[in-house]
Amino acid sequence: MQKKLLLAALAATFGMSATASYAASHGAGTLQAVMDKGFVQCGVTGGVRGFSAPDENNNWTGLEVDFCRALAAAIFDDADAVRYTPLTSTERFAALSSGEIDVLSRTTTWTMTRDTSLGINFVGVMFYDGQGFMVRKSDGITSALELGGASVCIEAGTTTELNAADYFSSNNIDVNTVVFEEQDEVLKAYEDGRCDVYTTDSSALAAERLNLEDPDAHLILPQIISKEPLGPSVRQGDDGWFNLNRWVYFLLLNAEELGVTQANVDDMLASDNPAIKRLLGVEGTYGELIGVSNDWGYRIIKALGNYGEMYERHVGPNTEIGIERGVNALWTDGGIQYGPPVR
Amino acid sequence: MADTTKNSALYVRSEMAPDMPPPVRTQGVVGWLRANMFSSVGNSILSLLSIYVIYLAATGIYNFTIVNAIWQGDGGAVCRVENVGACWPYVGNRLTFFIYGFYPDTEYWRPNLAFAIGGILLFLLATPQIPGKIIWGVLFLVVYPVITFFLVHGGGFTGLEAVPTEKWGGLMLTLVVAVTGIVASFPIGVVLALGRRSKMPLVRSVCVVFIELWRGVPLITVLFMASVMLPLFLPEGTNFDKLVRALVGVTLFTAAYTAEVVRGGLQAIPKGQFEAADALGLNYFQATMLITLPQALKIVIPGIVNNSISLFKDTTLVSIVGLVDLLGAVRAGTATGTWSAPTIPVTGYLFAATIFWVFSFAMSRYSQYMERRLDTGHKS
Amino acid sequence: MASENDLKSSRISDAPAKASLVNDPKVRAIFYQFLLLVGVVWFFVYIFGNLNANRASQNIRTGFDFFSNTSSFEIGFTLIPYDRASTFADVLLVGLLNTLLVSVIGIVLATILGFALGIARLSSNWILARLATIVVETLRNIPLLLQMFFWYFGVLKLMPNVKQSLELPLFIVFNNRGIVTPEPLFSDNFGIVWTALLVAIIASYFVTRWAKARQDATGIRPPAARINTALVIGFVAIAWLASGASLDWSIPVLQGFNYKNGIHIPPEFLALLWALTLYTAVFIAEIVRAGILAVPKGQSEAAQSLGLKEGDRLKQVVIPQALRVIVPPLTSQYLNLTKNSSLAVAIGYPELVSVFMGTSLNQTGQAVEVVLVTMLIYLALSLITSAFMNWYNARIALTER
Repeated sequence: MQKKLLLAALAATFGMSATASYAASHGAGTLQAVMDKGFVQCGVTGGVRGFSAPDENNNWTGLEVDFCRALAAAIFDDADAVRYTPLTSTERFAALSSGEIDVLSRTTTWTMTRDTSLGINFVGVMFYDGQGFMVRKSDGITSALELGGASVCIEAGTTTELNAADYFSSNNIDVNTVVFEEQDEVLKAYEDGRCDVYTTDSSALAAERLNLEDPDAHLILPQIISKEPLGPSVRQGDDGWFNLNRWVYFLLLNAEELGVTQANVDDMLASDNPAIKRLLGVEGTYGELIGVSNDWGYRIIKALGNYGEMYERHVGPNTEIGIERGVNALWTDGGIQYGPPVR
Repeated sequence: MADTTKNSALYVRSEMAPDMPPPVRTQGVVGWLRANMFSSVGNSILSLLSIYVIYLAATGIYNFTIVNAIWQGDGGAVCRVENVGACWPYVGNRLTFFIYGFYPDTEYWRPNLAFAIGGILLFLLATPQIPGKIIWGVLFLVVYPVITFFLVHGGGFTGLEAVPTEKWGGLMLTLVVAVTGIVASFPIGVVLALGRRSKMPLVRSVCVVFIELWRGVPLITVLFMASVMLPLFLPEGTNFDKLVRALVGVTLFTAAYTAEVVRGGLQAIPKGQFEAADALGLNYFQATMLITLPQALKIVIPGIVNNSISLFKDTTLVSIVGLVDLLGAVRAGTATGTWSAPTIPVTGYLFAATIFWVFSFAMSRYSQYMERRLDTGHKS
Repeated sequence: MASENDLKSSRISDAPAKASLVNDPKVRAIFYQFLLLVGVVWFFVYIFGNLNANRASQNIRTGFDFFSNTSSFEIGFTLIPYDRASTFADVLLVGLLNTLLVSVIGIVLATILGFALGIARLSSNWILARLATIVVETLRNIPLLLQMFFWYFGVLKLMPNVKQSLELPLFIVFNNRGIVTPEPLFSDNFGIVWTALLVAIIASYFVTRWAKARQDATGIRPPAARINTALVIGFVAIAWLASGASLDWSIPVLQGFNYKNGIHIPPEFLALLWALTLYTAVFIAEIVRAGILAVPKGQSEAAQSLGLKEGDRLKQVVIPQALRVIVPPLTSQYLNLTKNSSLAVAIGYPELVSVFMGTSLNQTGQAVEVVLVTMLIYLALSLITSAFMNWYNARIALTER
């Protein structure tokens, strides 16, 4: 009886918060649930510049944020219909599988274990990355192979932790690892001199270096020790939502390949190229196949531009982070980003 | 007779000598010092050491917070100088963030109003001289949380702009977690305490297991559980938001501690009271509501307040599971490029520590006051 | 106990005419408990049903097989040999040992400091009492996590870096990577010396008992302490010399980034230990103070009139009586300290929550199993500590005639 009372009390106490909860049922489909609540709930980092970072007014920007915005543009024709949930590395998968977020776009490396046993599916690769090392210039180190005896700061629950262990043990380098729960703490500990080395994805290193007091006193070593394909992921078991996410990503690549940009998208509506017509919804009913309006392509490009524009805007050579396209260029430009055709 | 006096030897004093003041060393400042600080060699050494420690701490704090502190500026750069003290612009510029998190600034009046109502109700409830405790209790424990929720969250029929919980933060979030934890755990704790004293073995064991389970594990594991495990226990498609899940964890955790405090109160009631209730023919429910609980709850006020202090301090743990409470808000800024300078973390911690200290100290003083008050009540 | 009461009450209600079953307290009790049982069973069936359904539909791995899988990550501070090829079971053990290490040392230090602070608050020395009050009132009202951040991120910054390490006597080195001390290297036959030490300790236990018995019988107190010291030193020295065992010290030397050799105590450990010790000590101080105040004043006055000095008064008369009041709440402080050590997850000390509930949970993705195991371990630690303290409490309890 007491237990029932207790449950009743609990239910009463939290019932009032039920308005804050919502259905993200897999039966009805995440897309339907998203449409019902009117926004996409997007899991992001606590703040990695270029990928997902809030400004002082909690406006989020970054390459991965733009993916969520593209989703919102496709569904609602409103790139701002996104709410962000900052997550630590440890929480992120649970947040996704519990339905707290609709899509996880948080510098997450695509690995076999994650894809198969965590209840999530990776949509694609927004950024091909690799793990690197940052050290102080004053230490006079030029290669990761000289790091014997060093203290290494790492964020908990990342592939970084595993790669570092693999790399150092296979090269017989003895290091001392210090693991923190949040990226902020890792950086702070590195800056305070707790560690000689800060290791994470090299793109994040470039971004985090700017958060140091004196960025010029630090250098990123040339070694890249792992493959880190970073991409958004969704819950397993909802193919409709998965398809939508996947094709939003492919659309961004296709738009760049076809030369459709935010600036010329209105002119492109009149293009004779059938591929562009399909892309922008002038021809065919491709939007219906993924449960959104047929002009989904137009909406996305109009609001955010294509993949190349997003890249240039957030992480490209002209930004403070300044990463060359490299392997992230389209296949036509010597990179490996390749979008299957919208057909 | 007069003669005798007159003829007595000259060396016999005929009148009382005037009172001399007591020796300097036993009186006044010196005397006090000798008695209270330098009564023995050991004591003298201890006193000098204490004075030295106090001197070091006081000058250290004074220099850091005032003499070497930076007062003006709008970025961490002004604080990147040698021998710098506290960097107050960090607190000044981010103050609204520390208090409200990302809550939209046009809507600050809503949490402000909620806190004002809460403060008034709490004052009415906590001041022993004011009558009508039952009304205030019901208002505070039942009506107030509902009002606050709709006021702060908005949306729906209220006509206010909806502010999702992701935007709640800072001191506001700390208070939300603490107040919800205290208020929601109270009824559960009372039921558990009664259950633990039940004569029915099964009821008793269920309550004992529940209480000991939560008391045996750290809050952080409970919060982890609430954030990564709880969603999996609910049917597919239902989902509470992150804050609510943390609140569920905090509430269940606190309920176990409240239960033990209330049990202490129930045990302190003389057996005669229970027997008298039985003799009057009251059933269990009547006896509990009319005789035992009112007495027990009065005794346990200090204990409940002490629990509240612990909970208030423990709310900082929600920053580990990714909610931006006061501590989280203070820390959030320190890692960004704009606000990165050597003393900024310490400045932020000092600020947060002061706020936590003021609240906790006030509560502990109140608890001591009630303890004294209840104490005399008992003896007379 | 309960059934007895139920029986009694049922007999009363049975006495006047047969009342209906609904009003029979015994029947009602059974009914309520049945309802509760159904409720509890339903609750567990419900949540585990949901759990299985959720995990099946999302294809999440289940079970405890992962314990024998390779962990593939490094841990910075371990008490047992561990590397990336170790299993998750090893990770659990490493975390548990690290938790225990900081808890045990923390409990000892917090007890000492707590008693000192508690007694200082009651000291006749005005300034000392004030100082103790300030310390207690400041620290107990500030969240532990905040204090931990302060000690770790606030103070770590001020420590010298490796190149400018503070070299203390006895080859101890101090810098922002923590403390490095020389490490004793025992030769293989050093076991003999340890055995000798053990034998000496056991012997001295019997000497103490004999001394006490003799004092009770004759009133003469044999110099037990001196005998014991001689025993221990003598045994160990003889065993050492006879066995030819040797003890070398591995001295830390600066090489490359860090000091090599020696024992490394990381700053995370120091910050955690320091924060836990201080925070718990102020609560213990309050308990000690309350305990001492609970001893009637007449006791210390009586001791005074017997001519005992202040120290002896405390040691022989006041504290033993105060302990009876102190021990139960002290137990819960010890438990709190152990549980609070889990906050280390925030400052990167690899204890149970950090390596198991943090890293392992993430690498395996099996949230339910990992969280349950972690909670069970803490629960077990709590129960063991309570059991021990209950036993101790029963031992020192007042034996009433």
